[in-house]
Amino acid sequence: MIRSIILSSLLLSVPLVAEAKLTIFACEPEWAALAEEIAQGQVKAFSATSAHQDPHYIQARPSLIAKVRRADLVVCSGAQLEIGWLPALLNKANNPKVKPGSDAYIETSALVQRLDIPDSIDRSKGDVHPQGNPHVQTNPHNITLIAKVLAEKMIALDAKQADVYRQGLASFMQRWTAAIQNWEQRGAVLKGKRIITHHKSWVYLQDWLGLIEVATMEPVPGIPPTAGHLAGLISKFGNGGADLILRTPYQDGKASAWLSERSGIRAIALPFTVGGTDMATDLFSLFDETINILLGEKP
Amino acid sequence: MRSSALIILGSILFINVTPAVSMEQTQTSIDVLRAELTAIRSDYESRIAALEQRLVATEQKLQQTDKAGAAAAEPTIAAAEIETVRKGNRSAVGENVFNPAIGVIFQGSAWDYRKGPANGVPGFPLGGEAGAIDEGLAIGETEIDISANVDDKFSAWLTLPVVIEDGESKIEIEEAWIETQALPAGLSARIGRMFSGIGYLNSKHAHSWDFADQPLAYQALLGDQYLDDGVQLRWLAPTDLYIELGGEIMRGGRYPAGGADDSGFGARTLFARSGGDIGDSSSWLAGISYLNAGSEGREMGDEDDPIAFNGNSNMLIAELVWKWAPRGNWKDKNFVFQSEYIWRKEKGHMLLPDGRDLAFDAAQQGWYAQAVYQPVPRWRVGARFDLLSADNPGLAFAGTELDPMGKTPKRFSLMADWSNSEFSRLRFQYTRDESGLVSDDQWGVQYIFSIGAHGAHSF
Repeated sequence: MIRSIILSSLLLSVPLVAEAKLTIFACEPEWAALAEEIAQGQVKAFSATSAHQDPHYIQARPSLIAKVRRADLVVCSGAQLEIGWLPALLNKANNPKVKPGSDAYIETSALVQRLDIPDSIDRSKGDVHPQGNPHVQTNPHNITLIAKVLAEKMIALDAKQADVYRQGLASFMQRWTAAIQNWEQRGAVLKGKRIITHHKSWVYLQDWLGLIEVATMEPVPGIPPTAGHLAGLISKFGNGGADLILRTPYQDGKASAWLSERSGIRAIALPFTVGGTDMATDLFSLFDETINILLGEKP
Repeated sequence: MRSSALIILGSILFINVTPAVSMEQTQTSIDVLRAELTAIRSDYESRIAALEQRLVATEQKLQQTDKAGAAAAEPTIAAAEIETVRKGNRSAVGENVFNPAIGVIFQGSAWDYRKGPANGVPGFPLGGEAGAIDEGLAIGETEIDISANVDDKFSAWLTLPVVIEDGESKIEIEEAWIETQALPAGLSARIGRMFSGIGYLNSKHAHSWDFADQPLAYQALLGDQYLDDGVQLRWLAPTDLYIELGGEIMRGGRYPAGGADDSGFGARTLFARSGGDIGDSSSWLAGISYLNAGSEGREMGDEDDPIAFNGNSNMLIAELVWKWAPRGNWKDKNFVFQSEYIWRKEKGHMLLPDGRDLAFDAAQQGWYAQAVYQPVPRWRVGARFDLLSADNPGLAFAGTELDPMGKTPKRFSLMADWSNSEFSRLRFQYTRDESGLVSDDQWGVQYIFSIGAHGAHSF
C-alpha cells in the first residue's frame, strides 16, 4: 500500500518536473509563434491577443493578469502599442521578474530600426506613438533580428534547454533566410504599388516590399474612418490613383468595402499576424499568405 | 635640456674648486678635474645630441601623421561634436529628465433638476463626499495625477483634485500612496492615502465612471467612495484562474468610518476576487469584500445639523462584472454588465441634532445593476437601476433622517456618451430619481477631458 502511494506520488511528481518549462507571455501572436519556433515546440507560449483583436484596445482582463503572474518572460511589441493595458497587467500581476527594464521583459520594436518616428508629439495628430510605429512584425527581416535576441533571452533564462534553443534558432534562421529570398523574388513585382491603408499598420511591410502608402482611411491615427474623409479619398484616388486597399483582420471591413466599391480599387485583408487567416498558422505561412494575397493569387 | 646640463656642470665645478689645498695637489687636481670635465662634457654633449635627434624625429613623425590622418581626423571631430551635442542635450534637459508622468483631467457638467436637488434619502443620512451633482453649469473636480517609479522597489502615485467648496477653490490630497514593485511570491503592498480595495467601483476614479454619479448604494453607504489613510496588502495566487486576496488596516478617519477610532487604527478590510474568460468574447470578475469600522462621532446627514454616530459598522459587498466584445476585439463593439450588492449593519449610539443620544442597531442595504453597450466606435449607451432599503431603527427615530418612512429609495438612469478619442468624452444623462421624499427628473450633460499622461485602466 505504502509502496503504491510512494510510486503513484512519484508518478504524479513527474509532470510537475516537466512543468518547470519556460513560461512565455507574448502580447501578440507573432512573438508567441517566434518563441515556439526557437523552442522547437518544447515551450507553449501564450499570446494575450489574437489576430482578430486590435492590440491597441485590450481590456486588462483577470485571465491576463493571472498569466503575467506566472510568466518567466514577457515579449511585447512596445513603442506604446500596449500602453492602454499592459501597464495595468504588470502592475496587478505582482511579478517583479518581468517588469519593464528587467532581463525578462522584451520590447521587440526596440530591437529594430523603427519607422514613422514623429517630428512633433501632439495628440491633435491622433494616437501618435512617440517612439515610432510599433507594428514591426510585417517585415520578415525585423523578425530575423528579433529572433536572435529572443533566443539569447530564452537561453539565459532556461540554460538547461540552451541546446534546444540554439538548434531551434539555427534551424529557424536557415529556413527563414531561404523563405525571405523566395518571398522577395515573388514580391518583386509589388514594388511601387500604391496602397491605401486603414491605419498605419503596414509601414514595415511597405519598407520591405517597396509599397507606397498614398493615404490612410483613418483621418488621423486611431480615429475611425469618417464618411467625409472616405469621400475625399474617392475623388483623389478613384481614377487609378491607387492599386490596393489594405486592412488587418481586426479592422472593420465596412469602410474598405465601401471605398473599394466606389473607387474600383481592390480591397484586401492581410493576415497581419499569425492566425489572421485560416492558413496563416505560423510565421512562414503568415508571409506566404501575405504575398499570395498581395499578388492576387488568393482572394 | 641644455641649460639644465650647464647648471649641473657648474655646480660640479663649484663644489670641486672651492677647497684650498697645496700647489702640487692643486696641479694634479686640476689635471684630474680637466680630464673629468672633458669626460662629462663629451658625455653630455653626446646625450644632448641624441636628445636633439629624437626631438627632430618626433617632430617629423608628428607632421607626417597630421598630413596622412587629415581625412581620418574629420570624422573623429564630427563624432566628438555629436558627443558634445548629446552632452549638451542632456545638460539642457538636466534635472527634469526624471519628471514624473503628469496628467490633468477636466470635468464639468450642466445639470437640470425639475424640482431641485434631492433633500436627502429617507433612512440614509449621507456622509463623506456623497451629494447631488451641482445644479446648473459647474465644473466638477479638476484632477491632477502625478506618478512615477521611486526606485527599483517602489512606485508612487498622487491625485490632487482641485475642488470648489462654498465658492472657493481648494486642493485636496485624494490619493497619495507608495506601492511596492519587487515583493516576491505575488505580494504587493501599498501605504498612504488610497481608495480602499473593497467593492468594484470603490477604487475607480470619477473620470472612469460610466455615469456622472455613483450608484445610490455607494452614495448612501460608502459616502461615494471609501478613501482613507492606511496600508494595503494584496496577494495574487499563482494559478491560471485569477484569484486575488487583499486586506487593509485604515485610520478610520473617513466615512463610513469616522473619528479615527482605536487610536487611529479604526477600520479593517478584507477582499477576495476571482475572474476569467469564457471563450474568446466574454470575461468576468466576481468578488466579495468585508469592512469593519469603528466610529467616534462620525457625522452624517444635514451638514449644519449633523447626526453623530459612535459605534461599530460591518459591511459586506458582493460584486459581479461581465464584459463582452466580439472575438475580444474591444474597439468596435463591446458590452459591460455590472452589479454590486452592499449590506451594512451599524451598532452603537446616534447623537441626534436635537441632543438625544439613542442606541442604534439596524441594517441597511442597497444594490445596483447597470449595462453599457458600445454599438459603434465612439458611441456608448447605458442604463442603470438603483435600489436601497433600510431597517426601521425604532420609534424613537421617527421623523429623523434615519427614519426610512416606509420608502424604498430607487433611481433609474439612462446615458449616452460620445468619445472622440480615449481622452475626450461628452455624456448625456437622464435620471428618474425616486430616492427622496419627492420624486424628480434630472437631465444633464457632462464632459470629461484629459491631457498629459494617462495610465492604463484596470478591468
